[in-house]
Amino acid sequence: MAATNGRPGHQRPAFTQVDLTLSVNGSSRRLRLDSRVTLLDALRDELGLTGTKKGCNQGACGACTVLADGKRVLSCLTLAAQCDGREVTTIEGLSRDDGLHPVQDAFIRHDGFQCGFCTPGQIMSAVALLAEGRAGSDAEISEFMSGNICRCGAYPNIVAAIREAAGRNAGI
Amino acid sequence: MQEFEYIRADDAASAVALVSGDPRAQYLAGGTTQVDLMLKDGVLEPERLVDITRLPLREITRDGDVLRVGALATMEELAADITVAQRLPFVREALLAGASTQLRNMATIGGNVLQRTRCRYFRDPAVAACNKRLPRSGCAAISGAARMHAILGANEHCIALHASDLCVPLVALDAVAHIQGPGAHRSVPLTEFYIVPGDRPDLENVLRHGELVTAIDIPLPPLGTRSGYLKVRDRASYEFALTSAAVALEISDGTIARARVALGGVGTIPWRAPEAEAVLRGARAGATVFRAAADAAIHDAFTVPGTAFKVELAKRTLVRILETVTGGSG
Repeated sequence: MAATNGRPGHQRPAFTQVDLTLSVNGSSRRLRLDSRVTLLDALRDELGLTGTKKGCNQGACGACTVLADGKRVLSCLTLAAQCDGREVTTIEGLSRDDGLHPVQDAFIRHDGFQCGFCTPGQIMSAVALLAEGRAGSDAEISEFMSGNICRCGAYPNIVAAIREAAGRNAGI
Repeated sequence: MQEFEYIRADDAASAVALVSGDPRAQYLAGGTTQVDLMLKDGVLEPERLVDITRLPLREITRDGDVLRVGALATMEELAADITVAQRLPFVREALLAGASTQLRNMATIGGNVLQRTRCRYFRDPAVAACNKRLPRSGCAAISGAARMHAILGANEHCIALHASDLCVPLVALDAVAHIQGPGAHRSVPLTEFYIVPGDRPDLENVLRHGELVTAIDIPLPPLGTRSGYLKVRDRASYEFALTSAAVALEISDGTIARARVALGGVGTIPWRAPEAEAVLRGARAGATVFRAAADAAIHDAFTVPGTAFKVELAKRTLVRILETVTGGSG
């Protein structure tokens, strides 16, 4: 961290902390964070919600996908400060009193993972994709899940899980 | 990573005042380029970030034959707009061909227009030679690994690419940027908004520091216009273009009355191709004229070994989308 920014006599900015209310999975927390903290790091390091994964940490892999006000976004490229007052949902917030979310169930039934590291992001993305109405065909699922990379190559089973969660039986 | 002060702007005027009054301040919208280049790559080092995402600049409204898109509308929101679906199908195709749904939910239209013209060497501060990052330091890409680079508007100073898909149909349609400055508003057509590198690759557009793009006006082409966007890339989805082409044709009795053509994946700026439009205008749709238009579109290409393939690929991309839009009657 370059407090002088490499320029002689240059002072660091005066206010580099930010106060915010982060509402995650239905509960709110007041936080004071360094302004550089991303939503991803706030979730994992401040709130202990380590289900959201840090893959590439530069917007290329989708492992950090969460919902912000119901829309899927990348938490690694979102500053925590920008989420002040917004409703964030992570993988920990999907399960219900009576068990797992149907998409989680479908991933287990179809073995939609191997190492599992990309899985929380895949599931959050799939939940959003179903809400967007983009599970009309296998091709559509593949296209609109393309922001979630699986290096194990579990794609066929991921598509099968989403197809089932969407209520369709056979691939189209 | 540089420390910075985060400020959330309440209205556009105070946001403009904050940034114009401080050379070390920058705007923050969707953050998909800004946060990436700043936090991750350490390329940008603002000391004050003015978050504009809660300003009331999000509306998409139709006024006659113009669609006014608030700069803070997201790519997904614009793609879902009914007028875009009905009247600007190739804009919708370009939007949905870009990035991923997650990024499109974050990225704004203003931010898409203002995304940095960039390349892997620009993104890597460990590479000393980058005229865009540090004027007169040289260009590592010229003799380096080039593929996702520009061949049009490029020169020995810089071959970084303007990678937007959306901006390709936007320049074809003569879209206009509305700009709020500390003193006055002004409007600039996107065809005059971007600057080819010359010997100053650090200058990418006509904006002065602190000026804020508030809206993009998209003129609607006449009813019956046929349009299409074709993107060619190394993988089927979630990848930048190697080449792309946007075309809008007004066809009457088999004759092209009006053609709008722009190319992506090849330019240091979103590349309008008036030479191709001139070839097509008044001609009957067909394979020979399509190839002639493509040959006219790509001229004075600046290639390096890694990008030489783009000359022919860009031509074939344009021919293919012209065939598709005219019903393959070629």
